[in-house]
Amino acid sequence: MTAIVSAEPTRRDFLFIATATVGAVGAAAMLVPLVGQMNPDESTIAAGAPVEVDLAPIQPGQIIQVFWRSKPVFIFNRTANDIKAAQDVDWQTLRDPQPDSARVQAGHEQWLVVIGICTHLGCIPLPHQGNFDGWFCPCHGSQYDSSGRIRQGPAPLNLPLPPYQFISGTKIRIGESSQA
Amino acid sequence: MSGHSTYQPQSPFMQWLEKRLPIASLVHSSFIAYPTPRNLNYWWTFGGILTFMLGVQIITGIVLAMHYTPNVDLAFNSVEGIMRDVNYGWLLRYIHANGASFFFLAVYVHIARGMYYGSYKEPREVLWILGVILYLLMVATGFMGYVLPWGQMSFWAATVITNLFSAIPAVGNPIVTWLWGGFAVGNPTLNRFYSLHYLLPFVIAGVVMLHIWALHVVGQNNPTGVEPKSEKDTVAFTPYATVKDAFFIGLFCILFAYFIFYIPNYLGHSDNYIPANPGQTPTHIVPEWYYLPFYAILRAIPNKLAGVCALGLAIISLAFLPWLDTSRVRSANYRPLFRQFLFLFFITVIGLGYLGSQEPTGGYVIAARILTVYYFGFIWVILPVLGLVETTKPLPKSISESVLGNGVSAPASGA
Repeated sequence: MTAIVSAEPTRRDFLFIATATVGAVGAAAMLVPLVGQMNPDESTIAAGAPVEVDLAPIQPGQIIQVFWRSKPVFIFNRTANDIKAAQDVDWQTLRDPQPDSARVQAGHEQWLVVIGICTHLGCIPLPHQGNFDGWFCPCHGSQYDSSGRIRQGPAPLNLPLPPYQFISGTKIRIGESSQA
Repeated sequence: MSGHSTYQPQSPFMQWLEKRLPIASLVHSSFIAYPTPRNLNYWWTFGGILTFMLGVQIITGIVLAMHYTPNVDLAFNSVEGIMRDVNYGWLLRYIHANGASFFFLAVYVHIARGMYYGSYKEPREVLWILGVILYLLMVATGFMGYVLPWGQMSFWAATVITNLFSAIPAVGNPIVTWLWGGFAVGNPTLNRFYSLHYLLPFVIAGVVMLHIWALHVVGQNNPTGVEPKSEKDTVAFTPYATVKDAFFIGLFCILFAYFIFYIPNYLGHSDNYIPANPGQTPTHIVPEWYYLPFYAILRAIPNKLAGVCALGLAIISLAFLPWLDTSRVRSANYRPLFRQFLFLFFITVIGLGYLGSQEPTGGYVIAARILTVYYFGFIWVILPVLGLVETTKPLPKSISESVLGNGVSAPASGA
């Protein structure tokens, strides 16, 4: 094979570069389906539609667990003591500072609705355990208070709030925010 | 070190084949005539044991795959079906499950031997790094295999480990959703773990070939750490190394068989015989024993992102040993200070393993923090400093001198 050395770019150089570019773009474009197939598909997303929960049977002090988008959601009917303890904390000193008023909906202070997944590594915390009458995570010892805020242990954030709205005095729909 | 094959094909067929595919001479130069240092001890048989265990895991794994169903509703029962209905299914599954533990046991001994005798040092850096890659592949494969029976520990191990990625700022949560293929660990997760658990052992087999190739380019290290200088320092791979490896694989298999037949669930968790329940976390989550030291490091650090980084760094650090260890003497036999610090390091790793199995409270957390400091301190501070200040013992002039004593000439054949 004889190498043709030329100072000027030739038509062949152009063809090489053009061919390689088209090939590279094609290979890169294949990343879209190859990566995308691993994301949740439409049926999975559709199965994550909002769920309605009737709050009437939940006794004061009781915590129930429902599922929304395969995630456990805790609904806590807080007693007056729980609400007072949550409101009296000097919240600005907490790890993830949030006042209790930002964790519940105005006029419904009795009801705390949080996603029951520890923000550390995803375990489900146990209700009414730990030092703050909230939750205690058995995996790595995180403790949450009666407002679902992280108070002790390795978790970095408060228990997240799902979007939900009250559709009547004793019924909520999880998966839709009140603004929507 | 390979390449000087003395192989001469005898039969007409082998002569015919040799001209077309010289596989017989490759095998001959790599596994028969290949010169190995004459002073290798039994710690050097663990490479052979690991190759053997990889074969055991692939063969039993392929057979188990014929009876397993990767679906969240069927997986648990299909594994129970393997245990109760499939002919010899109990045996094959117990071999595979305990085989994972024994694979890791062997790799830990293999890594410890490499550290003790300085096998990572120039010119074996690439060989060592390939080994760290193999270990990482083993960790991933073992984890995904543990998820497949879809018991409580399977499900929550999958949840906890995939959530490690949520520590990444900004893109963490989308990455975790992408890994799951849903809003939580579920059927898509189980299916992809099954696919990858089947794939990765063959990737491991490929990297093992690179590992052995690199080994045969630079040659084996030996207990003195002195390179072979003449033919007197080496013996042929066959029969010396093959017979020695086979003998020790036999001993290893006796222990392996004891676990399989007498205490097959000793290394497992009873919680994994409860079907996965996404609504309830077991009261005490622990990973399999072979991950416990790293789990202890994760829990020792009270910050999520820092804990996850430390977990990763604990393994990745090993890849930098060839450059962090500044001493030019390889073997710990000639480095009295290094030897003590290294044994302390081994005790630290075992101690972290114990702490990883305990509840994360009080004194256990403090102890885990102290040991974590030593783990990283040894690798990143003690190793570089020690090589500069340590007074080493005099090295033997050659391997044969260390074996046969000074001034004694070696007999013509091996001992």
